[in-house]
Amino acid sequence: MATITEQDVPQGLNTDPMIPQLYRIDRVRDETDDTFTLSLVPENGEAKISFLPGQFNMLYVFGTGEVPISISGNPAVTSVLEHTTRSVGIVTKAMGLLKPGDQIGVRGPYGSHWPLNEENGRDLVIISGGIGLAPLRPVLYFLMAQREKYRKIVLLYGARAPEDILFKKELERWRGKFDLEVQVTVDRAASGWRGNVGVVTPLVARAPFDPSNTVALLCGPEVMMRFAVMELQKRGVPHDRIYLSMERNMRCALGYCGHCQYGPGFVCKDGPVYRFDQIVSVFGKSEV
Amino acid sequence: MIHTLESVIKEHPFFQDFPEEHLSFITGCAKNVQFPEKHFIFLEGDPADEFYFIRGGMVSIELVIPQLGPTTVQTLGEGEILGWSWVSPPYRWHFNAKTLKRTRALVFDAKCLRAKCEEDHDLGYEMLKRFASIITARLDATRLQLLDIYGHDH
Amino acid sequence: MTPKAPRFNNCLVLNPQQLDQLLQVLIKRDYEVLGPTVREGAVVYDHVGSTKDLPAGWTDEQAGGKYRLKRREDDALFGFVVGPHSWKKFVFPPAMRLWQAHRSEGLFQIVPETRKATKFAFIGVRACELHALSIQDKVFLKGPYVDTVYKLHRENIFIVAVDCVQAGGTCFCASMSTGPKAAAGFDLALTEVLHEGRHHFIVRIGTKAGADLMSQVPHEEAAAADVEFAENLVAEAAKHMGRTLDVNGIKEILYRNIEHVRWDQVADRCLSCSNCTMVCPTCFCSTVEDLTDLAGQQAERWRKWDSCFTTDFSYIHGSSVRSTPRSKYRQWMMHKLAYWIDQFGTSGCVGCGRCITWCPVGIDITEEARVIRDGETLASAAG
Repeated sequence: MATITEQDVPQGLNTDPMIPQLYRIDRVRDETDDTFTLSLVPENGEAKISFLPGQFNMLYVFGTGEVPISISGNPAVTSVLEHTTRSVGIVTKAMGLLKPGDQIGVRGPYGSHWPLNEENGRDLVIISGGIGLAPLRPVLYFLMAQREKYRKIVLLYGARAPEDILFKKELERWRGKFDLEVQVTVDRAASGWRGNVGVVTPLVARAPFDPSNTVALLCGPEVMMRFAVMELQKRGVPHDRIYLSMERNMRCALGYCGHCQYGPGFVCKDGPVYRFDQIVSVFGKSEV
Repeated sequence: MIHTLESVIKEHPFFQDFPEEHLSFITGCAKNVQFPEKHFIFLEGDPADEFYFIRGGMVSIELVIPQLGPTTVQTLGEGEILGWSWVSPPYRWHFNAKTLKRTRALVFDAKCLRAKCEEDHDLGYEMLKRFASIITARLDATRLQLLDIYGHDH
Repeated sequence: MTPKAPRFNNCLVLNPQQLDQLLQVLIKRDYEVLGPTVREGAVVYDHVGSTKDLPAGWTDEQAGGKYRLKRREDDALFGFVVGPHSWKKFVFPPAMRLWQAHRSEGLFQIVPETRKATKFAFIGVRACELHALSIQDKVFLKGPYVDTVYKLHRENIFIVAVDCVQAGGTCFCASMSTGPKAAAGFDLALTEVLHEGRHHFIVRIGTKAGADLMSQVPHEEAAAADVEFAENLVAEAAKHMGRTLDVNGIKEILYRNIEHVRWDQVADRCLSCSNCTMVCPTCFCSTVEDLTDLAGQQAERWRKWDSCFTTDFSYIHGSSVRSTPRSKYRQWMMHKLAYWIDQFGTSGCVGCGRCITWCPVGIDITEEARVIRDGETLASAAG
């Protein structure tokens, strides 16, 4: 299992990697009724933020705990760090109560990143579900700055219901401005919804990309990714051009505590972004 | 190039490897049709004597639920097939099908096709085989929707 | 009899009194001397002030789920193998505070720990345990991040290793190529010999620090015949291991058998008690706890030993990924014998047998591996 090949370490990291850097909340934005985005700025005004799309930070709420949250912002912006998370447990619920000016601890960035140096001229299909769009947003910003690198870019996004769709405004903007095909579907619709209803899988089957010359990036609930991978396989996309972002609980994010072990690797350092052929022996195996 | 009815049918993935000898009969059962936006293609309870290939547009499969009103459970778009209730008795639609946009389709005379399938079991098997795949795919999708995988509590 | 400056190649010899003097030199040099000692019916690692504290005349009888101390007929100081402790607890403490934080007027500040480097001297480290230390070195020192506390303690350890001249009831270091002879990673290595009324220790020097220490202690050069005798004792021990484990292709075999029925069978017995992970000298899993006082003004972060057998060790979306004993045992064993190789380049198992001895129901990792391997052989023979 290869360890991280590229990793930018934030400046000012002390010698003990278990000690967080202090940041302040700059802005809190509610995305849906249970999902929010925090914009953070470093307390040390000179520190430059640097990360690669797909990486995550461990965020610490004083006295409550620390959890891994994907970085969801624009990697070209070095003054503000953005994280989007669902409010699901003790720590994220406490995070949701933070206000501008409050402090928060940050360790990272950690983990592997989405592939950024693919050959020119490929199609790119991005398949996401629910909160899974958050770790993919940085790669979308990155791609928009290099649109000519790819032929077709297709973004497929599944959400629970119309009110749970993330980043609606940005999706519209990218669709219009950057020649990005966006198809959104929901599991259940309210009356008045005139978009797709159903799961992401049939969208994958019909999406306009060339399977022999495509890279696929997937992030969402594991069961959604399993079915999406089956569709990609049916269409002939090879295993070494499919990338998935896996998730596990973490304690140290340094490769020691063992909690995030997933088969032969650690999600904190061999992932979270995996090329599919690296995990094909354990992917989908029950309780691995 | 003129897209004849026969060429459209032949090129559709559903009819891949369909025996030649049955193709002209199938083509005979089909005709082009267009629906405006917000049009009910069929209603729950109507006799299920057709099925449709959607060539463009979007169709919503909906159920009317007391207190919730009409609720979409699935949408279908270009290249997808609408309607399988013609296959088994009592041959009645279980849902409403309503267009969300202007929609073009091929409509197949299922009543005629049913009769022919009874006579010619080879044809019957070819049709059922293909509809079985469509139904299993819908079942998989429905199960995933039921699991509420993006939901609030896991 | 004046001690000459010892050379690395020659073996030296100490009698028990001289061994005691060696310990005293270490104590005078401010080493915290740790070694085997008898407490509560087991041989554990603790402070040792002299050779009187060593388990003279004791041996251990080990089997699946069984450990008993028995009196020997001689006064051997190291006549046993390994007990429930391993050396990891000194370099990887079971509970350790990582930092503190104080909050005042809404702002908080983190206060790192100031740590003193303790000089440890480990006396009586077995060959399997030397390998276990180097395996843990790979985890804590050779990854993308270095564990600062591990590094602090590890760099200063003086190691006096001991060859095993008898194999334990659950030992299989010979199968894992980790013993019974101490090969590397020590400052001094001893082979204890009791024969025809004589009692001495053949000494091999591993480092300059070891040579330096020996120059402070009266000793002799070992006679060639005595050295050979000692080597034969160790070679014999290798032939009488309590267990064997065929490591050929074990990683691939386990990967191919992730769904083997044997995992269900062992699950019927496994209590998920996590004894195996606690006694294993290479297990390194830990958890991080963030605590706060009632007023919410002082916070601490602690690291504590953890085990992959605990209920919510691995979870996503709020529910456990491995909730069944089947998946937990499989994770532990596959990590130890298969995943570890992909992660760190070696097996995670050193063949010390502790997990077999200390399992309340006597689950035996060598037997589990054998059944799965044989299952494949049978299946392919059946065609």
